[in-house]
Amino acid sequence: MRIEELREEEFVCGSFACAGCGAILAVRLALKVLGPETVVVTTPSCLLGVTTFYPQLAFKVPCVNVPFPATAAAVSGLVAGLRRKGRENVRVLGIAGDGGTVDIGLQALSGALERGDRFIFLCYDNEAYMNTGGQRSGSTPLGASTATTPVGRGAKGEDRPKKDMLRIVAAHNIPYAASASIGYPADYIRKLEKAVKAGGPAYIQVLTPCPPGWGYRSDLTVHLARLAVQAGQWALAEYEEGAWRVKEVSNPRPVREYWALQKRFAHLLQESGGEG
Amino acid sequence: MIPVLPTPHLSSRTGAWRMLRPVLEAEKCNGCLVCWLFCPEGSIRRENGSVSIDLDYCKGCGICARECPRRALRMVEEASFMGEGGGKLA
Repeated sequence: MRIEELREEEFVCGSFACAGCGAILAVRLALKVLGPETVVVTTPSCLLGVTTFYPQLAFKVPCVNVPFPATAAAVSGLVAGLRRKGRENVRVLGIAGDGGTVDIGLQALSGALERGDRFIFLCYDNEAYMNTGGQRSGSTPLGASTATTPVGRGAKGEDRPKKDMLRIVAAHNIPYAASASIGYPADYIRKLEKAVKAGGPAYIQVLTPCPPGWGYRSDLTVHLARLAVQAGQWALAEYEEGAWRVKEVSNPRPVREYWALQKRFAHLLQESGGEG
Repeated sequence: MIPVLPTPHLSSRTGAWRMLRPVLEAEKCNGCLVCWLFCPEGSIRRENGSVSIDLDYCKGCGICARECPRRALRMVEEASFMGEGGGKLA
């Protein structure tokens, strides 16, 4: 799908998302691909907080708000209900942040993947619990400073590597799983189209930089989403019919270039004297 | 029985958040739509080979100006538009 072919109509608009929010951009593009015959299911997260603050409703498609661990369980229920009503043409899109997917939402997601329901699950990964003040999640990368993994005497930021959620999801042998980045919109849109066509559960984890959470100027969101891939900090991977494909980086960048733009990694450069 | 209600779109105008305003130099724009694609708010409109900006919703994040391959957009202090709708609550 080329840019010109994307729908002009906006399906999420007028939200309270921070200026330069990567998550709202990921959801905006996803809904442009999925179209108006979509039901969104989402959970307490930045996305819910900025789109459905009563009486505001920034979605133009139906949006179901459910408890934190229940996104994928509610998705399953909706899929079953729509099937019973003969409305299987309606797409069900579960959306949760990284905390609501890799930590709190994991059990319900695993169940829904196992049942093989036809739905799309979009995890917007901003690499911490940003809605509540930037506490670390299972998806926080090694070394990142967060509210609960601060940097100070004896503390050097997150001390555990990022959870490999894509492989956990793929281990359910679902038809389609992929990681994407808003810095590579053509790749992201192509993956969304594949998710729509998958005959069963499809999972996409998209990297969505967060200006206040990562500590950078709001105009750098897309640049950082691209740089993360070029610096080897995020892979554009795809799991389809049992096989993996990973996009090769043709123009690799040094990782310190990626770190240097974000406050959450500032201490790493100080330690290494800027030589990274 | 819970009634099934239509979903109204009740958006919030966020133009008043803006500190910097994107200004388009139309003669530099070739309508590539990169700004339209990357605007998180969907506040850029496609228009016959070019674009226009919906200032009711633009939060002034600056992604459009940063990503424009032809540097056709630049960010200007919102305060400098005082008297022509700048700095007013949207």
